[in-house]
Amino acid sequence: MKITRRQVLVSGAAVGGGLVLGAFMVDGDVRKQARKIHGEDGEFFLHTWIRVANDGTVTVLVPHSEMGQGVHTSLPMMLAEEMDADWEKVRMEQAPAHPTFANPSLPRGFILPGDVPGLFNDMVDYATLKTAQLMNLQLTGGSTSLRYTGRYGMRQAGAAARWMLAKAASKRWQVPQAEIEVAQSILSHPATGKELGFGDLAAEASTLDPPNKLELKSPADYSIVGQSKPRFDIPDKVVGKPVYGIDVEPEGLRYAAVAHIPVFGGAVRSYDASKALAEPGVETVVEVEGGLAVIADKYWTAQKALRALEIDWDDAGNGEVSSEDILRRQVADIEGGELDVDREEGDAEGALAAAANRVEATYSVPYLAHAAMEPLNCTAWVRPDGCDVWAGVQNLLAARAQAADVTGLDPDTINVHPVMLGGGFGRRGMFSLDYIRQGVDIARQVPYPVKMIWSREDDMRHDAYRPAITARLTAALDDSGSPSAWLNDHIGKNEPSEAAHIPYAIANTRIRYGEDQTHVPFGTWRSVAHSQHAFFTESFFDEVATAGGRDPYELRRELLADRPDMVAVLDAAANSAGWGSPLPEGRGRGIAIVESFGSIVAEVAEVTVDPESGVKVDRIVCAADTGEVIHPDGLAAQLESGIIFALSATLYGEITIKNGRVVERNFPDYPMMKMADTPVIETVLVPSGRPIGGAGEVATPPVAPAVANALFAATGRRVRELPLRKAGLA
Amino acid sequence: MSYEIRVNGQTARVDVASDTPLLWVLRDELGLKGTKYGCGIAECGACTVLVDGKPTRSCRLQIRRAEGAEIETIESLSPDGTHPLQLAWVAEQVPQCGYCQSGMLMTSAALLRANPSPSDADIDTAVTNICRCGTYPRVRAAIHRAVGEMTPTPTGSDDQGTTGS
Repeated sequence: MKITRRQVLVSGAAVGGGLVLGAFMVDGDVRKQARKIHGEDGEFFLHTWIRVANDGTVTVLVPHSEMGQGVHTSLPMMLAEEMDADWEKVRMEQAPAHPTFANPSLPRGFILPGDVPGLFNDMVDYATLKTAQLMNLQLTGGSTSLRYTGRYGMRQAGAAARWMLAKAASKRWQVPQAEIEVAQSILSHPATGKELGFGDLAAEASTLDPPNKLELKSPADYSIVGQSKPRFDIPDKVVGKPVYGIDVEPEGLRYAAVAHIPVFGGAVRSYDASKALAEPGVETVVEVEGGLAVIADKYWTAQKALRALEIDWDDAGNGEVSSEDILRRQVADIEGGELDVDREEGDAEGALAAAANRVEATYSVPYLAHAAMEPLNCTAWVRPDGCDVWAGVQNLLAARAQAADVTGLDPDTINVHPVMLGGGFGRRGMFSLDYIRQGVDIARQVPYPVKMIWSREDDMRHDAYRPAITARLTAALDDSGSPSAWLNDHIGKNEPSEAAHIPYAIANTRIRYGEDQTHVPFGTWRSVAHSQHAFFTESFFDEVATAGGRDPYELRRELLADRPDMVAVLDAAANSAGWGSPLPEGRGRGIAIVESFGSIVAEVAEVTVDPESGVKVDRIVCAADTGEVIHPDGLAAQLESGIIFALSATLYGEITIKNGRVVERNFPDYPMMKMADTPVIETVLVPSGRPIGGAGEVATPPVAPAVANALFAATGRRVRELPLRKAGLA
Repeated sequence: MSYEIRVNGQTARVDVASDTPLLWVLRDELGLKGTKYGCGIAECGACTVLVDGKPTRSCRLQIRRAEGAEIETIESLSPDGTHPLQLAWVAEQVPQCGYCQSGMLMTSAALLRANPSPSDADIDTAVTNICRCGTYPRVRAAIHRAVGEMTPTPTGSDDQGTTGS
């Protein structure tokens, strides 16, 4: 029987659901295994994610990477809440890269709601090692940490631990378990006055099996969740202490710098390393995946020696391709009409033909780099019988699988050490671990550990880019000026596909797409395809409103009538921003709303347009319904972060292809928003009681359309291409 | 080549090529890893240290030009994380990924030494560091908070650093 990717994924998801329950019912053997991998004397695993020490310290092993989103604090909060632990005695450690600690519910993060996104197709490539390893995801991404690990994993684990400790107390005191009370890490039996701490009963509790069924607390009883507890990782971060991948220093370390194949898809045809090898301090030059590496005693030595390499590159026939070619081909592909239907409701073509009025526009957005502050790096030490890897990755197990693939070693002999990430934004996710492969490929050719560091230029020119997408949108307006049809034909990677869907009640809709044939490597970029499609949909919606003589906020409200949850968020943003109140000449206000990763975010942008200096974004009001709030201040920080990230892209972000390669080199030509440009940002939380939604990505998509709509309101000028800098506006 | 430099009040001797940026000397020769590499062209500010009290991007300062200067890194801002800026950074929960924050803190420390009560415009001019997590609003709030907490002690003994004695 041929198993399709989709079948694998759907059954994987079902298994995921089962494993979620299984996760807290881990049996004694698994707990022993966990202790062997990551435990100490006097500590007892009540679950693979919980260790309780004799002194009562509760250590939560978090199976996600901390890249600034605060999960190393918020996940332990969820666990401690259900455990009734004293927060002052709770510690956090990142779990090592081992399936025992994996996040079993991850695929559901992408799968619910809607279809299995094609994003997971790539996972099958990673999983070719063993399809069964499909579930071995220890991934931070897709806004899954709190939504799945937290909601289904940490809470259940905490409740199970509480139950086991209470059971141990009832056995010790020979009293019914129902009479045991738990609060602040103390177990007590009020009738007899007996009292013991978690540490006193940890050893006994660890021998018990967890129950089959658990009762979770009512949110009304929360004393930890919902409070902005100081983040565990921050004190170290103000003294320069955290260890990022770039900071590790195993004994005997050498350094590597890389000459990357400049044109994507190309190769090294031939090279002469003799001059580089003659430079003092240079150890060797090796050919690796993606180029050539110089290994030297110091990083600066390796960097400088790159210039002495003489290399004849092959460009695989891509050496003439430019961004203009790619855009031209995307437009031609749309006009060629060989597109696949993603979604169709009613008769959009028919409605268009019968319409009194129609609006049509072509939008496009460029490639974008991630440009995390910590340039990509990987330290590896490969031995005949095993391998150590130190690198910032959003998915430790996928990194392990890649290292196994490069070295041919058994994955169980490969130790991927968790380190702090200097930003991820999707670049360090499982679909773009080229830098892990390259780092391991370098180290595999020498007997000592090697730290490979990409220069900023390497990082910018060899990214897995947010795809450039072009979309042609068409709408039909009825006699009253309301849209009766909405059509979106687009070319470019589109994950998840619901990013192009619209929440508005328009009777006839058709969404079609075509694959892009570009040679430019692409990857996941904060909010994935939502960032492109939100710009198209929410800008074009304003064009439709304008054509029909309608206020863009009012028309949104009207067409979201069957989505009261979205209307509530939209209203909160509009009211907080003072929608409709007059603004001075040269200023404008724009609105946009996007549902992504289980959250709804509406933003109102206020801009000032100066004929000389262009657009200045003065203010962003962001209303968000991200469901239950675990850590209000952390959530606000993530929303601010997502907005500023999107503002850099909206105003300045563009990766240009010329002669088959990337033109931009470093921050001056790929500029970032800085302190002086940062607008006032106001966040308004509008929790509706929906399940926990994403936070890290969800404020990013509405920014570009809100700013573009504000620009239109201020000047009457409609921008259909990003960034604004390209039009001389920033 | 051998160079003698003064870092965090101590004298160190290092043997590196004369054009080696101070950044890599601090990190790989002296083990002061709090100072970060971000761009290599003095654009992002992740590598900011103080050189004779001035905020300086160490990725573009060659070691031969750093001799004789008093260099201060994040490791010397306070012995125990209690510099008013560090306390304010924790109170405002500023860092996200944290990678740029050493540079942000050293830049801000230099600002407050030169201008104990900066306006928003002063902050905009002085703090040109890049943060991809977008912590700017909190950096600004934390600088103002630190100023507020430093004002009652006009002697400012807490901000003299550890060098120079």
